[in-house]
Amino acid sequence: MIIPAVILLVILGSVAFHLWTPWWWTEVASNWGSIDSTILLTFWVTGVVFVAVGLFIAFCVWRYRYDKNRKADYEPENSKLEWILTILTALGVIALLTPGLIVWNKYVTVPEEAYEIEVLGYQWGWGFRLPGKDGVLGTTDINNISDENMFGLNTDDPHSFDDILIDGDDLHILLNHPLKVNLRSLDVLHDFYVPQFRAKMDMVPGMITYYWFTPIRTGNFEILCAEYCGTAHYAMIGNVLVDEKDDYDGWLNEQMTFKETLALNKNNDLIKIASNND
Amino acid sequence: MATNGYEDVAKGDAIPALEVQPQELYHAKSFWTRYIFCQDAKVIAIQYALTATTIGLVGLVSSWLIRMQIAFPGVIPMDASAYYQLVTMHGMIMVIYLLTALFLGGFGNYLIPLMVGARDMVFPYLNMVSYWVFLLAVLILVASYFVPGGPTGAGWTLYPPQAITSGTPGSGLGIILMIVSLAVFVVGFTMGGLNYVITTLQARTRGMTLMRLPLTVWGIFTATVLALFAFPALLVAGIMMLLDNILGTSFFMPAILEAGLGEQMAYNGGSPILFQHLFWFFGHPEVYIVALPAFGIVSDLISVHARKNIFGYRMMVWAIVIIGFLSFIVWAHHMYVAGMNPWFGFFFATTTLIIAIPTALKVYNWVLTLWRGNIQLTVPMLFAIGFLITFVNGGITGLFLGNVIVDVPLSDTYFVVAHFHMVMGIAPVLVVFGSIYHWYPLITGRFLNNRLGKIHFWITFLGSYSIYFPMHYLGFMGVPRRYFEIYDSEFYTASTSDLNQFITIAALVTGFAQLVFLYNIIVSIKHGKKAEKNPWKACSLEWQTTEMPPEHGNFGKELPVVYRWAYDFSVPGADEDYIPQNTSPNEVANAQVEKT
Amino acid sequence: MIKKEESIVQLLTQKPWDPNQAKLDNMHDGKTINLSIGKLGQRYIIIVSTILFCLFIVTYSDRMIYSDWQNMPEPMLLWFNSLVLLVSSIVFISVQIASNKKQFNKVKKGLLIVGGLSFVFLFGQLLVWQKMINLGYFMSSNPANAYFYLFTTLHGLHLIGGLIYWVITIKKVWISEEIVIRNAQHTVELCGIYWHFLLFVWLVLLGLMSFS
Repeated sequence: MIIPAVILLVILGSVAFHLWTPWWWTEVASNWGSIDSTILLTFWVTGVVFVAVGLFIAFCVWRYRYDKNRKADYEPENSKLEWILTILTALGVIALLTPGLIVWNKYVTVPEEAYEIEVLGYQWGWGFRLPGKDGVLGTTDINNISDENMFGLNTDDPHSFDDILIDGDDLHILLNHPLKVNLRSLDVLHDFYVPQFRAKMDMVPGMITYYWFTPIRTGNFEILCAEYCGTAHYAMIGNVLVDEKDDYDGWLNEQMTFKETLALNKNNDLIKIASNND
Repeated sequence: MATNGYEDVAKGDAIPALEVQPQELYHAKSFWTRYIFCQDAKVIAIQYALTATTIGLVGLVSSWLIRMQIAFPGVIPMDASAYYQLVTMHGMIMVIYLLTALFLGGFGNYLIPLMVGARDMVFPYLNMVSYWVFLLAVLILVASYFVPGGPTGAGWTLYPPQAITSGTPGSGLGIILMIVSLAVFVVGFTMGGLNYVITTLQARTRGMTLMRLPLTVWGIFTATVLALFAFPALLVAGIMMLLDNILGTSFFMPAILEAGLGEQMAYNGGSPILFQHLFWFFGHPEVYIVALPAFGIVSDLISVHARKNIFGYRMMVWAIVIIGFLSFIVWAHHMYVAGMNPWFGFFFATTTLIIAIPTALKVYNWVLTLWRGNIQLTVPMLFAIGFLITFVNGGITGLFLGNVIVDVPLSDTYFVVAHFHMVMGIAPVLVVFGSIYHWYPLITGRFLNNRLGKIHFWITFLGSYSIYFPMHYLGFMGVPRRYFEIYDSEFYTASTSDLNQFITIAALVTGFAQLVFLYNIIVSIKHGKKAEKNPWKACSLEWQTTEMPPEHGNFGKELPVVYRWAYDFSVPGADEDYIPQNTSPNEVANAQVEKT
Repeated sequence: MIKKEESIVQLLTQKPWDPNQAKLDNMHDGKTINLSIGKLGQRYIIIVSTILFCLFIVTYSDRMIYSDWQNMPEPMLLWFNSLVLLVSSIVFISVQIASNKKQFNKVKKGLLIVGGLSFVFLFGQLLVWQKMINLGYFMSSNPANAYFYLFTTLHGLHLIGGLIYWVITIKKVWISEEIVIRNAQHTVELCGIYWHFLLFVWLVLLGLMSFS
């Protein structure tokens, strides 16, 4: 009796834990609530199987306990039953895969009205780049990277100079507007992940990856690196704030463009040269 | 040509004599050739099992240190480098050096010749060498703890560029020794695998068709075939990474900077994703190399201890074969967010969810074996039931991750860690425990202590379930994996440190409970209750040897002749509730089947 | 290759508990495939090796389409080495024929020639390496170079492995006073098959590198 009871306890306890768990996702802050719905559907479909199989095991262990005066059934197979179970399982799989692939299709299809930014990952921090007034991100090359040009922008690309560079600071993005994040890494694999946005993609050196989302509520969200990138992987925390249009414009105006940072550095060089000559 | 002294003549009514070249068994004469450099597969099996368990204990202790750091940081002084080295070595040891070696080298060597009715493996000398090559691989791995820089801390997945750049611990000698150790392991397991496959295919005794084999053999055999096709991919990835590291080639290395926004390195043009494709082309079949033997073994545990034939034997064989085949076309589900072409997501999500179907069928057939059975709640049966519950749980969370869009928020979080520990760490390990309680009498002639066995079962089953079931919810909350420190971020709905402390305590309790098991194994060798021959009254051939433990040559003067399949339990009308495979029809009175 | 006329599907859909099936099964001699274990073992190793080379070839084909790929030159010596390997395979065919006819003096001579030619090939490969390095084609300079050195190394290592088995073959044919004929023929055949396999691999690799 104990063993069927314990099995029952484990199964029902798991269900209870699920229903009352304090550890659960935070409210979604992007348009990807459909992922949450797919997860809930999966819980229903698989949960039924989990409970059914568990209860069946408990029942069998209780009902068919060993009795030396009894013999077990002799039934090598029951093809019909096995085919029915196969088909039911296949239906379950289709029920999960169909909505899942529909949402995935949306995930990999960037809407036309999305504006683009770049997120730069490196060991061990985040940099951000906005396309500026011309709306186009400048091209980059790793050979250009220097102290003055941390993002490695091509100076012979006219689109580079109005790019807005944010280094070591928080990113701000616009509420209710689809956003495509282009992801770039300078050294190893990283992953730009904000749990409330639900979306993520690895950042791979040597290529540019991307994903898109639309933030649907304002707030201050933590960026967590989600691909092991060395000893300070856990410390690569950043911040992204979702602003209403007015706040966003205000923030944008305060940021420096590539051209302005170059000018700043040139001034510093001049000051250095000047002070050396004294 | 020397004969081996046995005449392999089969007994039985009008069955012609076995016409097979007598196997020239090597007869050991000295201590060294009987116990150390021995060609008998049973001795080799014990050697594999002891070596795998010893290095597995290193992996187990590593896990305690990891959990202490997560839940009680500072109690055990440790920096991030050491933490990542522990995490890496724990993973690699457990997956490759413990589970693969134990299932294939340990269980495969002991059970395959016995279950197919052979005296030994087909290439005993090569089999012996395979063990020493495995031991060499383990020693090279251990050596990596002692080199400058320490062992690699790149994660068991060893992804470039980080595995060989300075921001990762052990990126010098550590990763080199790891790769060399893996290469040596692959060589060793090719030698062993040769034996397991060819013995199963060609060295069976008279009357033993493929479909009369116990599912244990099917599981281990199919796993070995998977290893044949999958290990080369690991070797390729390892060789290329070694060259990138030592000779400066750029197979996997694009143009990158040194860690910490340093100088540009001399690499150019390589693809980190290529490594991932190669690694997971090996890595996914690898987890089935661990799972399939467990599937096969648990089928036999359930049928013997429920006194009932395994339900749907044919489907079970097909399921094992189909799962084996499908395991080669699902690998990129480990790479959904790696930056691949999005179309791969559609393909691999489909194949991954399709593989759930034969797997689910196996679960149904296991529980249908319990239905209307005559269930003895022995310790092996308890572990089999524990397997069923943990495997269903672990398999189900695989459905979450396999559905590509659901993997997007969950990948690289504790959900993944919980999933693979439950389905690969707990479920197959419960089968390992169950099978040791089951076959210990065969190997030693004595039972393991029953009471200690039950204590071991309850703590292990309930303990490990308590570790990994709640852990999934950390993943839902968004807690990433491979974090040296886990902050209680404001946005978390509840405290991660509370749950992590609970998990750590459960892990330590469960871990220490294994000492009960070790004590039981050691003490029962001399003081365990003596077992009569075939104490569980099983049908398969390993229990029908002339002596128990089986002597060198296994079956005495005559090899057995097989007259029936491996699951004639509770045959209607038969006197006993089991009929061993080598029982001829004349010896079975009144049975309503198989009057041949 | 499978014995009897049963396919895998037929084999795996038998019902072992069925009395009629059991009658048939009781006659089974315990083997599934109509090959000796030596031949099966060799096929196992050849399969592992083939997959290894195939994976390298796939990654090679994927990499060579990028613009930074620069083919290496092909010195005459490389073609000469290939010829040497081809001749050794041809000699081995005559060895196999002689072995079947039990003409073991011819077998002994042929094996020595094969061994000699293989050493010439390996030495020749090292000379090619030396030439390439002198011309400035280092392993890390270009992916094409890296693959060239990688392919030649892997093939060479496989040949060295084969030479170990060649020593075993020599022993079986030479040392025994009374050659155990079936054993010797079997070993000679296995050794030969492996040599032809390595020639085939080499031709594929050479073709790939020349025509990319």
